[in-house]
Amino acid sequence: MRDHTSDFLELVRLAATDLPPDVEASLVAARDREAAGSAARGAMDTLLQNVTMARQNGTPICQDTGTPIFYVRHPEGWSTRKLRQQIRAAVAEATRLAYLRPNAVDSLSGKNSGNNLGDEAFPTVHFEEVEGDKLVVDLLLKGGGCENVGAQYSLPNAALGAGRDLGGVRKVVLDAVYRAQGKGCAPGVLGVAIGGDRGSSYYGSKEALFRKMDDPHPDPQLAELEGRLMTEANELGIGPMGFGGETTVLGVKIQSMHRLPASYFVSVSYMCWAHRRRRMIAGSDHVAYQ
Amino acid sequence: MQKLSIPIPDQAIRKLKVGDPVSLSGTMLTGRDAAHKWMVETFVKGTRQPQGDDQEIYQAIKPLLDRGAIYHCGPVVAGLETGDYRFVAAGPTTSIREEPYQGDVMRHFNLKAVIGKGGMGPKTLAACKDVPGVYLHAIGGAATLIAQSVKQVLGVHKLDFGVPEALWVLEVVDFPAVVTMDSHGNSLHAEIEAKSKVALEELLAD
Repeated sequence: MRDHTSDFLELVRLAATDLPPDVEASLVAARDREAAGSAARGAMDTLLQNVTMARQNGTPICQDTGTPIFYVRHPEGWSTRKLRQQIRAAVAEATRLAYLRPNAVDSLSGKNSGNNLGDEAFPTVHFEEVEGDKLVVDLLLKGGGCENVGAQYSLPNAALGAGRDLGGVRKVVLDAVYRAQGKGCAPGVLGVAIGGDRGSSYYGSKEALFRKMDDPHPDPQLAELEGRLMTEANELGIGPMGFGGETTVLGVKIQSMHRLPASYFVSVSYMCWAHRRRRMIAGSDHVAYQ
Repeated sequence: MQKLSIPIPDQAIRKLKVGDPVSLSGTMLTGRDAAHKWMVETFVKGTRQPQGDDQEIYQAIKPLLDRGAIYHCGPVVAGLETGDYRFVAAGPTTSIREEPYQGDVMRHFNLKAVIGKGGMGPKTLAACKDVPGVYLHAIGGAATLIAQSVKQVLGVHKLDFGVPEALWVLEVVDFPAVVTMDSHGNSLHAEIEAKSKVALEELLAD
């Protein structure tokens, strides 16, 4: 196992400064749907200009570079302790180079560590051993504005008339989009988990965000629900930045998980329009980024 | 596009209506969660005794906030090691967290413009009417683009709050924003929330 610190640094730089092509394409399509001269159209034009400028200048798309969330899939026999050290070193260096804002704040003292290194959960790193000889690392930079509008529901929910079925899931997800208004930097992408316990359910909702924008769910029931939720969320008319308009969400990604008989959680993670997810694939002699 | 220069006269504020695009020039201050809590507890309500350099900073920011603008922003700043600060990325943060404090801060300092994203609630809207002032919505996430309008970092207070939470003193030219809450009691955010509530209720009835 060689040292991957510089590869991780490049992954962080790319995630912070350049949107994935599928996300940018969906933003362009959303811009074109807004009426000429509207505040929504102006907002979409501005954020697309910003995306181009950030890529050219190599500066962060958004100043809130969020919690760096890494999912590391490694071959058998690799040291996760060393991988974690290398990831942490890369995150600290990316902060020094102003690709990331120092974001790790001690909850008791209020002190910002200054280098994005906090406890074991900051940055967040998930490890999984997989078959094959490649190291695959996914990174999501998720800012606080959109994280704050995430929501978890326990079904049934009488106030919303939401029962323990996909119809109930639909209702609570629409409620979450309504409550978010423009505060999560609409138009956003929804990661939804059905099931799990309170903790695993929120993790599941974040994992769903790693799917590509145009990747339909393999389960036809969930594929249909994703499509319906996207249409109906946009009927709320909240629009870019909450200015009113055609596009409130760019996509909906659902993950179904096992649950306890007594529990039926629905967790919604709202990802802002600056959907900064990137993948790195490292073989024995070269590294590719997606 | 209405051009505003800081300090902003009441007459200019009264002219602004929800939906107007504006471009702002002059000296402004960033301030978010820690700054608002500190200002209100230490100087507006006086529930906490001033400590350390609190009084000096208060005297320094008072003239900047009088007829001035505060920006809800936690920037990415280069040059931290040398003190030769440069704003690299500086989009707005979500403003609603300052709702418990903002109206009081506007009245205390005679603050004319609050800049952020996502809008604010009834207490701030009432202060916009009284002071008078406006809420200006910057485009969330457009951080590299907005940083171009920051021509110079003139100084920083309370850097011990951390880079995002410090009060940065900025010289801006043509800072772009849209009026979404005006001094006449109108809020685009209240309007969109009410409309989307009706749409939600129709969908839930299905």
